[in-house]
This record gives sequence, structure tokens and C-alpha cells, in this order.
Amino acid sequence: MNAKKEHRKREWDWFDKPKNRHLLRILLWSACGISVVLEFFVDRHPHFQIDSFHGSFALIGFVSCAAFILIAKFLGIFLKAPEDYYDDE
Amino acid sequence: MMMSNLHPAFILFVGAFLPLVFKGKARNWVMLAVALVTFGVTVSLPFGDSLSASWMGFELDLLRVDALSRTFAIIFTLSLVAAYIYAMYLDEAVPYIASSIYVGSALGAVFAGDLISLYMFWEIMAVSSTFLILIRRRKGSARSASRYVLIHLMGGLILLAGVLMTCVTTGTTAFDAAIMDPRTPASWLILVGILINAAAPPLSAWLSDSYPEATVFGGIILSAYTTKTAVYTLLRGFPGWEILIVVGCVMAIYGIIYALLENDMRRILAYSIINQVGFMVCAAGIGTEMAINGAVAHAFCHIIYKALLWMSAGAVLYRTGTEKCTELGGLYKSMPTTMVLGTIGALAISSVPGTSGFTSKTMILVAAADQHLFWPWMILEIASAGVFLHAGIKFPYFVFFDKDRGLRPKRALPSMTLGMGLLAFLCLFLGVYPKPLYDLLPYQQMFLDGFSVFHAEKLVTQFQMLLFSGLVFFMFLPLLKRTATISLDTDWIYRKVVYRSMVSLARVLNGTNARAYALFAQKLPHVLFHFFNHGPSRLVVFVLTPFWQIQGLDWQEIAYRQRLMYRRASLGIYPVGLAAIFVAIFFGLLYLT
Repeated sequence: MNAKKEHRKREWDWFDKPKNRHLLRILLWSACGISVVLEFFVDRHPHFQIDSFHGSFALIGFVSCAAFILIAKFLGIFLKAPEDYYDDE
Repeated sequence: MMMSNLHPAFILFVGAFLPLVFKGKARNWVMLAVALVTFGVTVSLPFGDSLSASWMGFELDLLRVDALSRTFAIIFTLSLVAAYIYAMYLDEAVPYIASSIYVGSALGAVFAGDLISLYMFWEIMAVSSTFLILIRRRKGSARSASRYVLIHLMGGLILLAGVLMTCVTTGTTAFDAAIMDPRTPASWLILVGILINAAAPPLSAWLSDSYPEATVFGGIILSAYTTKTAVYTLLRGFPGWEILIVVGCVMAIYGIIYALLENDMRRILAYSIINQVGFMVCAAGIGTEMAINGAVAHAFCHIIYKALLWMSAGAVLYRTGTEKCTELGGLYKSMPTTMVLGTIGALAISSVPGTSGFTSKTMILVAAADQHLFWPWMILEIASAGVFLHAGIKFPYFVFFDKDRGLRPKRALPSMTLGMGLLAFLCLFLGVYPKPLYDLLPYQQMFLDGFSVFHAEKLVTQFQMLLFSGLVFFMFLPLLKRTATISLDTDWIYRKVVYRSMVSLARVLNGTNARAYALFAQKLPHVLFHFFNHGPSRLVVFVLTPFWQIQGLDWQEIAYRQRLMYRRASLGIYPVGLAAIFVAIFFGLLYLT
């Protein structure tokens, strides 16, 4: 019993701690910020109008992913079915 | 047969018998050796057509080796080596037999220079791969396998129709872009047959229906060959067919939406195969040198990271016995190595710079942009962002992180870790040093002109797009909460609508049958018998009774005469009847004399 408890104590649970999760969130936000700032330092050769302005790829990523999630959520109303849906075959 | 024209498929077909000879650990090692030998032979194949045969009046070109076919064959055999390393735990012969025939026929199809042998290997692939689903020995798997093989046999028949029409109209069995180019109905049939194997909607549901029903090992093997053989045939026979751009774009988006809806981790990966193959199909449609190179390179890298993802999901399934995201989570604690290796696969599929996905997919995107194809480029960029969402983050997040559901499985088996490690290494190696891969590609001029994906601009914009996609994932996390559901795909049509209409049709037809049987076979003879037996006497009694009454007979006498009539009728001794018989005999005798 004691050994088991000790084993659990030694378990690696870094990602479960709210403090660390918060840290990761800050890192993600700042990485997003840095990636936009870095764009100032590179030569851009846009092919189309949509990727010609600053931060256009950030916008493409953000908007398209948000749209994917919302579309999937909406379609889920019609397309999701209980797990035993096909059991009567 | 000299070493130079030893067909790699031949080694695997012979190797398919070895699991019956060897048992236990020896079997694992022997099969790994077979895979290694096949890989070695494939790598050392010289270019050219070196193995022809004649069959039923057709000239078969069995070994067409060029940069296109050899690159596919190299990755097919390399991935088989990794899968056999992973599968050292297997203690069954069937998975080995099925997989070596399946991969052997995939090699046969890739090296086939003519339509007849392409078709033959195509069908062997369909049948042998079915066993990889069947061996899970579950009710659902058996049914899924039967749907799988039916769809593929249907696709095979469409392909066969196209092949025969081409052979008859052109008088040649050769298979290349020039033969297909006139875009006759025959080439369209061949294209449809191939697109069914490429899992193009609406006939794509076989993939997400069957692959997750396979065993751990079966899923890894299946993820690589059928769809990529289809990609190869598209690149070989249909480069520049604009319709493929549309089909590819639809596949890329469709895969993402369904992967977002799914709860089953291997079904998420199955849908992301459709999404990734969409990129390759689209590149085949663009058809420029850059696009073809991109498609080949992407197929190469895709097979590596996709097998890695299926392996990590397989290890989780092997240890926990479940593949539902709603039951998984927090596994980074108990399976940290699998988590790290699986995440490398997830980053590679998302084409994070530094991984193989970036060095290959970028070529397809550049090819689309160079041709000023705005919408295809836009859709593929959007789909690239979506890949990160569903495969790059969703898969590892819900399996290895998210909520700890108290699962404490053992770590993956050492052989599993080794197989995954090999592929993870390749993902990273080709991500920073893609030259060995680029050297294998069909068109070398673009690299001599200094093509490289490592531009500051490309790196920054790619990171930007992926980071903001990741941001969306965590901002919208409540909307992505998993539910214990399945998602309905086009297989709903044949699993529910067709099934139900067949059931109701059966009910109508069987009901009619039963009623007709009851009426004509059971009731009617009885009625007729009754009618002919009792009808005449009843009629006689009915006619005579009024006469008897007029004669003034009393009711006892009438009743007696009626009974007499019935009795005579039942015995068949009517006076009239007897007289008629005697008359007949008399005439008979007259006739004889």
C-alpha cells in the first residue's frame, strides 16, 4: 500500500498542475505574438492579394480553424449518432 | 531470373508461406528479414523495363522501374520493415501472410507497366487486405470487412471495364498518361475505379468504416498502401486532369470536418488519411513537375508519419483496450515515450517546420501558387491549418493529455517503441535534411535551380498559421468536448437506407409469397376438392327435392333419398355415372374391333 502511494507520488504529472497549464497558455500567446513580429524581418513575396498584408497567415489560420470548429459543431447536430446506431444491422 | 530483374513482390509472395513453416519468435525474425531483403532489392533496382511475360495473348510488363515507381516502392517496403519491427509481439501467422501478400501486390501494382497486371494486383490487394480487418474477430469487424471487400470489388469491376475498353479500342495494354489522355469513357472508368481506392467522396466511407475495425497491426499496414497505390496510379496515368484538383480539395476539407466530429482516435486518423490524400490528388490534378514531385514526396512522408500515428494509437489500444477519446486521457504519465513519438508524428502531419510534412507539403502549395490557382491554393492552406487542429493537436491532446481518466496502462512493448522510434527519426531527419528524399523524386531540374523550402518567409508564415490554429483550438476547447457518439458518413446510405429498403422489400415480397402459398397451395385445392366431391350431389339434391315434394313424399322419405344421393356421390355410383362408364367401355370395344 505504502509502496503504491509512493509510486503515485513519483508520477510525472507536470501537465496536470494549473500553474504549468497557465504557463503553457502564456507561452502559446507569446509565441503567436512573436511570429507576427518576426514577419517584419522577412522579405515577403506574396502570390495573391489575400496573403499580401502583414499577418495574413495568422488570419488565415485563425479564421479557418474557427470556421472549421463551428461548421463541425453545426454539422454534428445532424451527423452525430449514438454508438449503438448501427447495432440493429 | 537475375538479381537485376528480381521482382520485389515475388520475395513477399514467397515470404507469405514462411509464417506457416516457422513458429513463435522465429517467425517474427524471419518475416522481418523478408521485409529487409525486399527493401534492399527495391532500393537496388535499376531503371528500365526488365521483366515481361505473355499471358492469354497479352504482353505483361511486370517491372517498370523509374523514379516514380521506385520511390513509391521504396517507401512501401521501408514502412513494411518498420511495421514488422513494431509487430514483433505478433503470435499469429495470418496477419503476416495477409500483410506480405497485400504489400507484395501493392508493389506489383506500382511496378506494373500495363493495365492487365495492374488490375490483377489491384484485386489481390483488395482481397488480401480484407483479412487484416477480419482477423480482429469481432462482429463489427466481420461486417465492416464484408462492406470493405464489396466496395473494392465494385471499384475493381469499374476499373476492369475501363481496362478492357482501353485494350480493345487502343489495341495496347500499356498504362501511362499518353494512353489515358484522350479522356475517352474508358479512361474515365479507370479514373473512377482508382478514385474509389483513393477514398474520394462520396465513395470514401469504406476507409473510415473499416480501418479502425482492423487489429492494431492491421491498421498500421492498411494506413499506407491502398490509398497511396491509388495516388501513384493517378500520378502515372492522370497528371493534369483538372477534375482531380476539385476532388482533392473536397477530400482535404471533408477529412478535417469528420475528424473533428469523431470520438474514436483511430477513426480520427482514418479521416486524416483522406485529408492528406486530398493534397496528393490535388497535386496530381495540377500536374506540373513541382506538383508531381510534391505529391510523391508527400506520399513518402505521409506514409512515414501516418504509420507512426497509427502505431502510437495502436500501442494505446493494445495497452488500454479502448480507442475512444471519451475514455482516454492523461496517458502522458503512464506512456510517456509513446506520447513523445506520437506527438512527433502529429507535428509532422501538421507540417511544422523541422518535420518531414513541411519539406513535402510545401512543394504542393508552391506548385498551386506558381500556377496562380487561387482557390486550390487557398483551400489547401486552409486545410493545412485544419490538419494541425484535428490531427496535430486533437489526437495527442485527447489521448495523452486532457482529463486524467485514471487509466494506468503499462508502457508500449519495446518492439513497438523501436518501430515508432525508427519512423519518428525519419520524420525529423527528412524535416531538416530532405535531400535524400528529393534525390529520389522524378523531376530533378527544380532542385538544380535551387528550390528549397527553408526560406525565412515560408518558415515564419508557416509558424504563424500553425500557432494561431493552435490558439483557436485552446480558445474553442469547450466546443470540442468529446461526446460518446459516432458520426454518420456516406456509408449510412448502404448501411441504413439500402439495408432498410431491402428489409422492407423482403417483407413485401416474402409476405406476398407466403399469402400466395397459403391461398393457391393450401386453400384452393381444398376448396376445389370439396367442390368437385360434393358439388354434383348437392346440385342433384337441390334440383330433385322440389320434384320429390311435388310427388307428395313425406319428409322422412325425402331425407332418406337425399342421404342416398350423398352416399352414392361419395362412392361414385350414380346410375348416370355408371351408365356413362359402360357406354365409354362399349365405344372403346367398338373402336378396338
